[in-house]
Amino acid sequence: MAEANLLLEVKNLRKYFPVRRGVFRRTVGHVKAVDDVSFYIKEGETLGLVGESGCGKTTCGRTILRLIEPTGGQVLFHKDGRATDVAKLRGRQLKELRREMQIIFQDPYSSLNPRMTIGDIVGEPLVVHHVGRGREIRERVAELLEAVGLNPQYMKRYPHEFSGGQRQRIGIARALALEPKLIIADEPVSALDVSIQAQVLNLLEDLQKQFGLTYLFIAHDLSVVKHISDRVAVMYLGKIVEMASTDDLFADPKHPYTEALMSAVPVPDPDFQMERIILQGDVPSPVNPPSGCYFHPRCSYAKEICSQAAPEFRDLGGEHFATCHFAEALELHGLRGQ
Amino acid sequence: MSFFARFRRQRLGLLGGLVLLMLALVVAFAGFFSPYDPQTQHRQFPYVPPMLGRLHFRDEEGFHLRPFVYGLERVRDPFALDWVYVEDKSEKYPVYLFVRGEEYRLLGLFKTDIHLFGTGTEGDSPGQLFLLGTDKLGRDLLARVLAGGQISLGLGLLVVLVCLVVGVLIGGFSGYYGGAVDTLLQRSVEVVMSIPRLALLLALSAALPPELPATTRFWGIAVVLALVGWAPLARVIRGQFLRYREEEFILAARANGSGSGRIIFRHILPNTFSYLIVAATLTAPALIILESILSFFNFGIQEPLISWGMLLQEAQSVFQLQFHPWLLLPAGCIVLVVLAFNFLGDALRDAVDPHLTLIER
Repeated sequence: MAEANLLLEVKNLRKYFPVRRGVFRRTVGHVKAVDDVSFYIKEGETLGLVGESGCGKTTCGRTILRLIEPTGGQVLFHKDGRATDVAKLRGRQLKELRREMQIIFQDPYSSLNPRMTIGDIVGEPLVVHHVGRGREIRERVAELLEAVGLNPQYMKRYPHEFSGGQRQRIGIARALALEPKLIIADEPVSALDVSIQAQVLNLLEDLQKQFGLTYLFIAHDLSVVKHISDRVAVMYLGKIVEMASTDDLFADPKHPYTEALMSAVPVPDPDFQMERIILQGDVPSPVNPPSGCYFHPRCSYAKEICSQAAPEFRDLGGEHFATCHFAEALELHGLRGQ
Repeated sequence: MSFFARFRRQRLGLLGGLVLLMLALVVAFAGFFSPYDPQTQHRQFPYVPPMLGRLHFRDEEGFHLRPFVYGLERVRDPFALDWVYVEDKSEKYPVYLFVRGEEYRLLGLFKTDIHLFGTGTEGDSPGQLFLLGTDKLGRDLLARVLAGGQISLGLGLLVVLVCLVVGVLIGGFSGYYGGAVDTLLQRSVEVVMSIPRLALLLALSAALPPELPATTRFWGIAVVLALVGWAPLARVIRGQFLRYREEEFILAARANGSGSGRIIFRHILPNTFSYLIVAATLTAPALIILESILSFFNFGIQEPLISWGMLLQEAQSVFQLQFHPWLLLPAGCIVLVVLAFNFLGDALRDAVDPHLTLIER
């Protein structure tokens, strides 16, 4: 995988949250929010990260940025032919690296400080990293606001004067301020109206072309992910179960969980006979995951081995990865009605 | 609707604020508003009842625009055999505005002898105007109440400020860093809060050496009050920090490289200001009452400094209340101030609706 244009390599990333009980806060177990996750992102591409609520997508994104301290694993950021392990950086080096990686949040309301003006919010990264001062910063902020389609005169206003879509644009402008290479977009459109979603998605695509950005696009909406991603990784219970190029994944899934997700996508054809795969049972608790393959209690193809041995996350050829004992053997359906 | 629009609808709160503002003004210029120095003893005039009713506008010649008082004479009541004050109608003393009298320092800075009103007579003249009466040594109660207000209100506000600073530091640390730091600090807060306040206060102020000069003792009392006052504030502030620490805009600040100092002072603290103001407004009256209690039991402020609680020492017996009820006036002042603070605080709290502050400025 050591290709020249690799930007980010995540290797065996783990984040376990301790579960504490009682007066003495004894640790009685761990929530394995991110459990041995590995993937890579190439320069200039968009990797979609999908999965249901609570599967660890957001934790994964935040751990990469060190907003949450990882329990283990490596996050290799490639720059000028050298790889830096983000998970090991401290102090000044970490701060320097933050110029390269930024984040866009899901909630456009809580992600902007209500007591700061738009100019202060978008300009803060510049102040923190001592990029220019006074007028320079104001000019740069005006540029950024224009780049995300906002009037630069809004600089003196406060967040509550804006709509959800506008606020999300402000958040994007802030993320762009330091000209980062990688942007982790944590469900950037799922809190917005559908009509606004399209605008923001288009803006993200335009900005990607304009500034040569690389995205890790976290979402739970498959149609959004299909639209924007070059490749897609599917997460289930803290693990990545499948990763492939978008076309491959949607046409020819190799993991039963991916197939179940695909079957849930509505088809815009009234004559189409629904054959939804209804998963049995609930998502197991990440404190106490099932033995073997985490998905086996709900998998309709499960065999004996599935409850005994955990499958490897392995390459099936052609950059298609899956975590299933029977990835090659199963005949699974992709997205139908296409 | 903005914070101020919501606050303006709270009539009682506005009234409380107004009362406090006026009291603060009068008390700050105590020397100017009272005709006498609070320490001047008019030995021949002990326990003069309030003289509001002895301010005359009309005499045998008719109406005067300038009020006057008759000479004050102390005589023994032939039947009850106690001392009473009668008016000597042969002597008239007009009351002047901006009159020269005893020298004092305005705001503790400028030396002057101009008083708002007074008869302008010497201390041993019968022409005295004790609007609110005098105490056993013939000291003017108005002057003493105003001077007492300086200490009672000043000490209250000073201690609230100290408590706020300590509360922000300890509560902020606790809420922002969490974990073991939080556990340790919160347990110490609980220890402080679990000891009965009054017992702790009495013990601590009794520990102050009795030979301390009055001003040093004042600072000592301030420290003692701050020691019991910071804990609830620290708890409120910790809650606010906990709430904001997990907000996404804090994560965004960390993601762009902001350090802890910047996050605490630029991002979290401004968002808690409204709560701090409310908490401070509701803490101040509690501290004023505590100071009064201490001084009332002679554990607090001591002569020559004056506080409202200390003035009430003289009104401790039923005998005093029966014959010199005006000595209870400082208690009225305490009630007024505490009510005003509470009304103001409640109004501020209602105006700072936590649901709306996130969206509104």
